[in-house]
Amino acid sequence: MTRWSRFNIISVALGFAFLYLPIVLLVVFSFNESRLVTVWAGFSTKWYVALFNNQGLMDAAWVTIRVALLSATVATVLGTMAALSLVRFTRFRGRMLFSGMVYAPLVMPEVITGLSLLLLFVAIGFDRGFWTVTLAHITLTMCFVAVVVQSRLLSFDRSVEEAALDLGATPLRTFFEVTLPIIAPAVFSGWVLAFTLSLDDLVIASFTSGPGATTLPMKIYSQVRLGVTPEINAACTLLIALVTVGVIIASIVTKRRELQRQRDEHAAFAGR
Amino acid sequence: MTKLGSRIFSRLVIIVPYAWLLFFFLIPFVIVFRISLSTTAIAQPPYEPVFRLADGLAGIIDNIRQLSFDNFVWLTEDALYINAYLSSLKIAGISTFLTLLIAYPIAYGMAQAPRTWRPTLLMLVILPFWTSFLIRVYAWIAILKPEGLLNQLLISAGLINEPLIILNTNWAIYIGIVYSYLPFMILPIYSALEKMDHSLIEAAEDLGCPPISAFWKVTFPLSLAGVVAGCMLVFIPAVGEFVIPDLLGGSQTLMIGKTLWTEFNANRDWPVSAAVATVLLLILVVPIVFFQNMQAKAEERGK
Repeated sequence: MTRWSRFNIISVALGFAFLYLPIVLLVVFSFNESRLVTVWAGFSTKWYVALFNNQGLMDAAWVTIRVALLSATVATVLGTMAALSLVRFTRFRGRMLFSGMVYAPLVMPEVITGLSLLLLFVAIGFDRGFWTVTLAHITLTMCFVAVVVQSRLLSFDRSVEEAALDLGATPLRTFFEVTLPIIAPAVFSGWVLAFTLSLDDLVIASFTSGPGATTLPMKIYSQVRLGVTPEINAACTLLIALVTVGVIIASIVTKRRELQRQRDEHAAFAGR
Repeated sequence: MTKLGSRIFSRLVIIVPYAWLLFFFLIPFVIVFRISLSTTAIAQPPYEPVFRLADGLAGIIDNIRQLSFDNFVWLTEDALYINAYLSSLKIAGISTFLTLLIAYPIAYGMAQAPRTWRPTLLMLVILPFWTSFLIRVYAWIAILKPEGLLNQLLISAGLINEPLIILNTNWAIYIGIVYSYLPFMILPIYSALEKMDHSLIEAAEDLGCPPISAFWKVTFPLSLAGVVAGCMLVFIPAVGEFVIPDLLGGSQTLMIGKTLWTEFNANRDWPVSAAVATVLLLILVVPIVFFQNMQAKAEERGK
């Protein structure tokens, strides 16, 4: 009896159909000739042309990309530090509170995070705009990076680090020359995750943004409320394409790295 | 580098993210709570009292006297808020249950798949999670509309004569939540099922246990940790969900995330929205702490 029974195949296939069909339909109708998004009237790329001529959307896209690049980079540094503290330092004052603060943002409803950050910025008199959105996104995404990097650190063979330390390397040098190269794939996928989360976020950005810093999701949201148009479908398709390419590159890089590491380990053992 | 230098390095690794989260995550909640005790004012910022260091100690004490729990009393007196909290919990509960029903067979099927396929299947579950939440919710509007794709399909198949009204009802919200949060439920269940020792099932079956009761007596209890983690990951954010009820729900849909948003953006009543957020946080504190303990335990086991 095979374990991969017909029931299992059907449930997985239906599950994937459910997950992907809405996205596929959205992409298909971005190439629709008609203004209606539910009636097919022939192939056309005119909505993409309209999209690139829409200055408002293009400006918003530029703001979003800058926020995402900056916040993902800072969040990766902070998140990696947080992961190191959680895994390497099992005892320090306030560790419970710290791990609580790392995990809570993962499930915290966005309206609460957004409102509380906005009230913080108002209380300290920080003008809302590009920087407040970036700070808010760093805070949210560093926790996701921390979880990704933490899971890699937990399966980490510490003997290589100990060897470096025994041979007289300083902890700082050990970190940059031994630890970081090994956890690099996890750090990189943490960065990609942070980037896409920032690219996506509507609620927190709406609360913390100010004049002149409208992000793409905010722009899409305000247009969706007026009605569904093929132009929005086109914008969404481009975003999906961007993210898909990013994820595929990330997974190829991770796989290559993993293979390289295995090859190096084999070579090291063979040389012994 | 000196020994002192490396000690500073390891201190910094803890202190920098710790300080960041204290300042940008914990202190904001203290501010939310403080503003929930204020009254609305036509000023900038639109609440009073505003604490200023320049007022001196007497001024601060005077300001503290002005704080009151009136906003919380107001929340209990106005049926709108109580109904919004209850209906959010109900909608999140039903959606979590529906997500579990749909996710379990998928996760089970994935865990039974040939070993070489599993990384690809896993990737396919994670991929939609990377595409925008807003876009995924938006995609359903065109499907669920009265003249939308689902109704066109059902009418042309001769299954219905009149279009089904799904958009702007609670059903649309259930579909939206199940769809958006499905990967969060599949992943923990899958990882619990994948680790399971299959010989246990074989042992049960060899001893004459029918497959269905073997599932309920062996497989399901072993996957319970994954089920609970998945339910937490869906239920907690779903209670405060804003985008899904706003885009798919109707005008009569009450959800607290939407109420908070309206209170803040349309009515510009900051103290009341801060009070709404405080109560929502108090409701969610129990499941959040529960979730964190589970995470901490999983982390312990990982060592």
